[in-house]
Amino acid sequence: MKTLAKPYASPREGVLVIGIGNAFRQDDGIGPYVVHLLLQRGLPGVTAIVHPGDGGALMSLWEGWDKVVMVDAMTSGSAPGAIRCFHAHQEAIPTAWFRGSSHQFHVGEAIELARTLGRLPGSVTVYGIEGKTFSPGRGLTPEVARAGNRVGEEIQAMGLLSARDSLNVGTEKGL
Amino acid sequence: MKTNNRTIRVDALARVEGEGGLFIKIRGDVVTETRFRIFEPPRFFEAFLRGRHFSEAPDITARICGICPIAYMMSASQAVESGLGVAIPASLEALRRLIYCGEWIESHALHVYLLHAPDFLGYADAIRMAKDHPREVKRGLKLKSIGNDLVRRIGGREVHPVNLKVGGFFRAPERQDLLSLKDPLLWARDAACETVRWVASFPFPDHEEDYEFVSLRHPGEYAILRGRLVSNKGLDIPISRFEEHFQEKQVPHSTALHAAILERGPYHVGPLARFNLNYDHLSPVAKEACREAGLTPPVCNPFKSIVARAVEILYACDEAVRLISAYETPQTPAVHCSPARATGYGCTEAPRGICWHKYRLDEQGAILDARIVPPTSQNQPIIEQDLKRFGQRHLHEEDDRLKWLCEQMVRNYDPCISCSCHALSINILRK
Repeated sequence: MKTLAKPYASPREGVLVIGIGNAFRQDDGIGPYVVHLLLQRGLPGVTAIVHPGDGGALMSLWEGWDKVVMVDAMTSGSAPGAIRCFHAHQEAIPTAWFRGSSHQFHVGEAIELARTLGRLPGSVTVYGIEGKTFSPGRGLTPEVARAGNRVGEEIQAMGLLSARDSLNVGTEKGL
Repeated sequence: MKTNNRTIRVDALARVEGEGGLFIKIRGDVVTETRFRIFEPPRFFEAFLRGRHFSEAPDITARICGICPIAYMMSASQAVESGLGVAIPASLEALRRLIYCGEWIESHALHVYLLHAPDFLGYADAIRMAKDHPREVKRGLKLKSIGNDLVRRIGGREVHPVNLKVGGFFRAPERQDLLSLKDPLLWARDAACETVRWVASFPFPDHEEDYEFVSLRHPGEYAILRGRLVSNKGLDIPISRFEEHFQEKQVPHSTALHAAILERGPYHVGPLARFNLNYDHLSPVAKEACREAGLTPPVCNPFKSIVARAVEILYACDEAVRLISAYETPQTPAVHCSPARATGYGCTEAPRGICWHKYRLDEQGAILDARIVPPTSQNQPIIEQDLKRFGQRHLHEEDDRLKWLCEQMVRNYDPCISCSCHALSINILRK
């Protein structure tokens, strides 16, 4: 069997930000919301895209990137708008908190499978923002949107200071 | 070993799409009841299609499923086009078949490698399986990725593609764009051959059933997008006569309708049905893989559906290479469709089986009513029947082992629960 050439010979430069979720399921749209914030600011060094959260496709998406940030709605039981930040390249993330996807293979599973296969980017930061309601419809609850603004600012700083990693690991930052 | 008055409960079945459950009741040495419970909320797609313009039907129905949106888009488009008497040129039909191959590859690869293979090899999930079988898991992920690429290249994006419409496409891809997919697909074809060999080596529980298999069949090709509805028990009808031969009914334990063939009962749709009814139309490379794997129709062991699914990955890769090689950019990406009072029918082979649609349109092209019969709702009764008979034959198994085998049995059908209720947890109750 022929071997397929790798699409990227060297890691892509900058930060890949993936906003996971569905903007038509209220607070599940927090990932896309943060992506839109970043796109509006047109930040150098930051590539931001929205993704529905299918784990298999995520693994293809981050191929070739060394620095990846994901933002996803979370259901951990914390107060709405609470922020958790995980350095997934260093620690397992609580997969049960990130199961909002209607797909069989979720963000957490994608990270763990990639780790097992040695295909996790060098730096993977996952922001979980606690959602309040995931019913059909547009719009975010105010505390969730405020948390999204704060995460957007942190990612902006990360893009500007990509050589440094000033994020707290696994700490709760309720607003 | 326990034989009397046992209660076994499993509240969540993993590795299926959507939310549902399973309940098995055993009294003494008899399985008295099996219920494939689907409790995902009903989604009312048929109702909110009413009053919408026919041109919206593909994009609305695509939202029924994130794994197999092409099936819904194609069946909806075909139904409207048949009602309006619109003929689709062969070049656009070929492009539709090509994107459908992409959906088969991505959906089947996901199920074979990440959802079903762990059952056969004794792992709780693909992550644990990947520790011992990294080469295979990487192969499955790459196959899935190539299927997704094919869908994205033609459809604009892999989930809920945006380039498909009633009458054809908004924009036809350039030949050069598609040719760049040929090398990855040739790799995928080789990988699919290895997939068939790999899954054919799995240990299969000994279980066979005298199923009525139902699929599309076309005289000139392995049916995906067109053909008559046939079965191994004499059914042979145009898709427009589906309602005369099939009935759906509501059952208390499921938000999805249960389907049956009138006067005969449950039937089986999906890769195994297609393989058994259309084996003669597989490509030579796919037939050779079947020969090597010892897979010849009829195959009536539902656990071997994983091998049929792998054969279909291979066929879809091979067919995609053929279609891309022959592809010339069509003169026009779509055929114009004028509104008219009409009733139209569509039926295509979703990865999990036939996906049947019917629409009635008014003079302005508004949808008066719609009916959608997805594959998983059709397979629900046969899943319950399988569980009852299989469970009966394996009552001697310890509860944990029986539970494992029953979950594995359900996953033979790659149920897409969200589609079905347009549903899994397991409860086994022994008394």
